[in-house]
Amino acid sequence: MTATLESLQTGQHARVQDVQGDDSLALRIMEMGLLPGAEIEFIGRAPLGDPLEIRVAGYHLSLRKAEAHRVVIEVI
Amino acid sequence: MSLAVDRVPHLAVVGNPNTGKSTLFSALTGIFTRTGNFPGVTVEMKLGRLKTSTREAVLVDLPGTYSLAARSADERVTVDVLLGLRPEIGSLAGALCIVDGTNLERNLYLFSQVRDLGLPVLLIVNMIDRAEKAGIAITALELSQRLGVPVVFCNAHDQSSVALVQKSIFDFIEQNQPAAHGTDLAAQQASNFDFPPAFETAVNELQGLLLAHGRKMPRPLVSRLLMDIDGQIEQTEVQRRPELSPHLQRLREQVSAAGYRISGIEPRVRYAAIRKAIAGLEIRPVRQAGQFSEKLDGWLTHSVFGLLIFIFMMFVVFQLLYRGAEPVMVLMETAFGSLQDLVGGMMPRGPLRSLVTQGIIAGVGGVLVFLPQIVLLFLFLAILEDCGYMARAAFLMDRLMTKVGLSGKSFVPLMSSFACAIPGVMATRVIENRKDRMVTILVAPLMSCSARLPVYSLLIGAFIPGVSFLGGWVDLRSLVLLAFLSLGAIVAIPVAWILKKTIFPGETPPFVMELPPYKWPSIKTVFQRVYDRAAAFVVRAGTLILLTSIVIWGLGYFPGDHTRENAILAEMEETRQIFEDPLQRRENLQQQLVGSDDAPHPSPVESASFENELNSLNQQLKEYDALMEQLEGEFIATQGQLQENSFLGMAGHWIEPIVRPLGWDWRIGVGVLASFPAREVIIATLGVIYNLGEGMEAESPQLRDALINSRNPDGSPVFTIPVALSIMVFFALCAQCMATLVVVAQESGSWKWAVFTFVYMTALAYVGALITFQVASLWW
Repeated sequence: MTATLESLQTGQHARVQDVQGDDSLALRIMEMGLLPGAEIEFIGRAPLGDPLEIRVAGYHLSLRKAEAHRVVIEVI
Repeated sequence: MSLAVDRVPHLAVVGNPNTGKSTLFSALTGIFTRTGNFPGVTVEMKLGRLKTSTREAVLVDLPGTYSLAARSADERVTVDVLLGLRPEIGSLAGALCIVDGTNLERNLYLFSQVRDLGLPVLLIVNMIDRAEKAGIAITALELSQRLGVPVVFCNAHDQSSVALVQKSIFDFIEQNQPAAHGTDLAAQQASNFDFPPAFETAVNELQGLLLAHGRKMPRPLVSRLLMDIDGQIEQTEVQRRPELSPHLQRLREQVSAAGYRISGIEPRVRYAAIRKAIAGLEIRPVRQAGQFSEKLDGWLTHSVFGLLIFIFMMFVVFQLLYRGAEPVMVLMETAFGSLQDLVGGMMPRGPLRSLVTQGIIAGVGGVLVFLPQIVLLFLFLAILEDCGYMARAAFLMDRLMTKVGLSGKSFVPLMSSFACAIPGVMATRVIENRKDRMVTILVAPLMSCSARLPVYSLLIGAFIPGVSFLGGWVDLRSLVLLAFLSLGAIVAIPVAWILKKTIFPGETPPFVMELPPYKWPSIKTVFQRVYDRAAAFVVRAGTLILLTSIVIWGLGYFPGDHTRENAILAEMEETRQIFEDPLQRRENLQQQLVGSDDAPHPSPVESASFENELNSLNQQLKEYDALMEQLEGEFIATQGQLQENSFLGMAGHWIEPIVRPLGWDWRIGVGVLASFPAREVIIATLGVIYNLGEGMEAESPQLRDALINSRNPDGSPVFTIPVALSIMVFFALCAQCMATLVVVAQESGSWKWAVFTFVYMTALAYVGALITFQVASLWW
């Protein structure tokens, strides 16, 4: 079973395995450093539940659940 | 390509958002930069001069971006400027790439794309002080050797550091002379990075295909065309040459078949190269758990306190905007009133004097009156933006705004529009996505701004009964006022939704946004941003608003015969001169009776003697007072007559059949037409129409009574509750604000959108008023 970034809990660390799809959204996500192999930390969710905040490549990034759903991860 | 030999070298300034790019730009070029819009897009073009006693360069500040993969025409501007394809800028001597020293890896991604365009690049590593604290262990020289471009370390807040950057820029320009580079060279050159051979082959083939179709495209653009699926380059090229589409598909499939997913190629290749280049330079993340900034962020994005703090902050901003600007606006209005009197007093009566005082001076005042709100709003926004909070505001509000198809970034501009749509529309510049920005601009004028308030307060005061419910806790008038204040925002929800579905369709743009660490705002950056906005409004929007107000003045002044009006005014003045001495004495006495700061209150004995003298003076001036009263009455009647006979008045009569179903008579029609420049003008216009003079305000009891007592020819009242409601609904939804329309045109880059805003809002207002009147008439 594969997990996606969307399902992480606050404080969990994970490694990106894949960014699904072959379109401009996948490109945008990878450009921001969410490449396969990148380590991420889940910081939390916005008060209304969406978007999410993660730490990647030494900075904080926010992305929506719909986008996070594309990012396949492995919890470490 | 312009090849002017002695042209001042132009350099582009590029970088990710939050790298201190604008701080460095203003530190290098000073506050007074030249700003304008790139024609056809909403991107701002900012040019600043870099100068020493002997050398000079022009810096072109480009919007902060994470990547050159352009998804919209706005994002494309950056690529085109860098390739020398924008005629307004011409060819460049090079690019300055500003990166954040604490986050080299991600920042160098854009740098590697810029370098692939073939331009000489100077890498400026900013925030080096923080990077050193976080453990970066490299010199500029070493980094320069690793990356193969000149590198300078910098701390934009430090003067000596900025001076070093300036020197490096001039050295950089000199080293790259004569400018033998440019797009032609770039066109031949393959990437500096190791793209897979299958990809390079496809780029070659695509370039050949394009050439065969008569399109000579620089190689970096060709590879962008292949890599950026659905990107802006693909959209324009395929639109122009639909026959390219299958080829593009085939070539992409060919690359995929070789084992490379198109969307992954560029990030993989570039990040791999970057990691290799900066190997061993990993530093501690600047943001670490337990730090003050992190704890603060824990509160500011907390599920309960985060929202409460946000609501509180927005409340403070809004209050200051709404109330803080008012005293300054009142002062300005008074000052312009005095200026009108002063200038008017020096000119002979006639059309010219009216043009100068009522057209030009009033028009300039009508422009400047918006400045306090613009300055205040941008002061707050610049502070919140520079300290890093604006990204959190978008983060907090995103969920709410996605319900109408917008993003969190639209929240603050829309909220600001409740005070005034002008700064609100100008604040939409923070929204990078063009479709989102356009929808936000188009619905912003629906928010109930402060100019609607006088209209509501006059009509609610006059026609809504002052009853209260629930033991005095709820007052009907307040309820109605609240309903009207929220009407625009409620209507804006379906409007935004429909605009998103029809005119600006497409997938929801991604919301991939950096949440930068908090920092103290830079005073210089804040000041610069406020100055930019204020100057842009006064210079660009101001001239147009002024022109329109002159046209509206003309429509209200001509073709009437103003001799009678002038004769009455002359007679009033003469009479006043004859009685000058007793009038002066009377005024003095009246003042002494009340007392002033200098003179204390008179004693009872003094008071009695003053009053005696005043009574005898009043007796003496009885004739004068009566004459003046009569003249004033005549004057106001003449004014009303002139207004009815002006072009505006005629138009009011013409539109009467159209406004009849709304329950209006021609006078209300004139009022609505005359208030095209600004909603609050309706108050003064109604004052003139109802023969009360121009000085009427929403709170004036005479105007309220005049409305209540006004009768149709058949004796029925003109204003009833349904009529009042219908007028208020109209004013809630209409676009009667010329300044907003001008700003909409400017910010959207086209007059088409200003016309669109006017038409859709007027249609909404008409239908809304019609339904209101017809339905309300069933009850009253």
